[in-house]
Amino acid sequence: MTVRVQAEDFDMGAEMAALVAGRHDVGGLVSFLGTVRDLAGEMPVTAMTLEHYPGMTEKMLARIEAEALARWPIAASLIIHRHGRLLPGDNIVLVAVASAHRQAAFEACQFLVDWLKTKAPFWKREETPGGDHWVEAREADDEAADRWAACAP
Amino acid sequence: MPAMRLLYFAWLRSRIGVAEEEVTPPPEVRDVATLLAWMRGRGPAYAAALADERAVKVAVNQEFARAGDPVAPGDEVALFPPVTGG
Repeated sequence: MTVRVQAEDFDMGAEMAALVAGRHDVGGLVSFLGTVRDLAGEMPVTAMTLEHYPGMTEKMLARIEAEALARWPIAASLIIHRHGRLLPGDNIVLVAVASAHRQAAFEACQFLVDWLKTKAPFWKREETPGGDHWVEAREADDEAADRWAACAP
Repeated sequence: MPAMRLLYFAWLRSRIGVAEEEVTPPPEVRDVATLLAWMRGRGPAYAAALADERAVKVAVNQEFARAGDPVAPGDEVALFPPVTGG
């Protein structure tokens, strides 16, 4: 169970391999990789800066992970979230969940992504040819997170 | 009495003009709602940045807080827009 908030890039393959190295109780490993898109609506995005609240970020990510552990039989999990200035194609976030069976791994991974998008204190600022702007929160993200509250154990 | 530490993030920081400051609110500031009301009276930049209550999220000592949650001297209070990570 690991949470990392860092400016540095990460190697998804190496992280996934390390997560389950030597584990024979794992039957499935599900991951989500979030990357920087070069388009926001109609506007090309040339770069994105992720700001966060040091201290609270780590605390919230650890709590979100603990919530997933309480809901699903998870063998191992990992959340890495980057901050700082990133370019299109760059990695932003990796969420990985290993479990004995695929269903728990799929569900827990989606839960972690949905919750971290609405509860971890990160903010995106996009650079476009027309100027910079802060990204607005999406209602669809709140709805995705709320869906899990409705089926809490 | 220890001061209260205020932190601002994302566009709240740019509109208010500082990333953090220490303040000593009057005794009638006891919860998030009265703190925000007092802050709006501190100047036009504060009034403008804090005008839309739904656009301002608050964390007290790194925990999400609602309007009625208490604040006290010595607390770390962060103000920020809805989060957009992931």
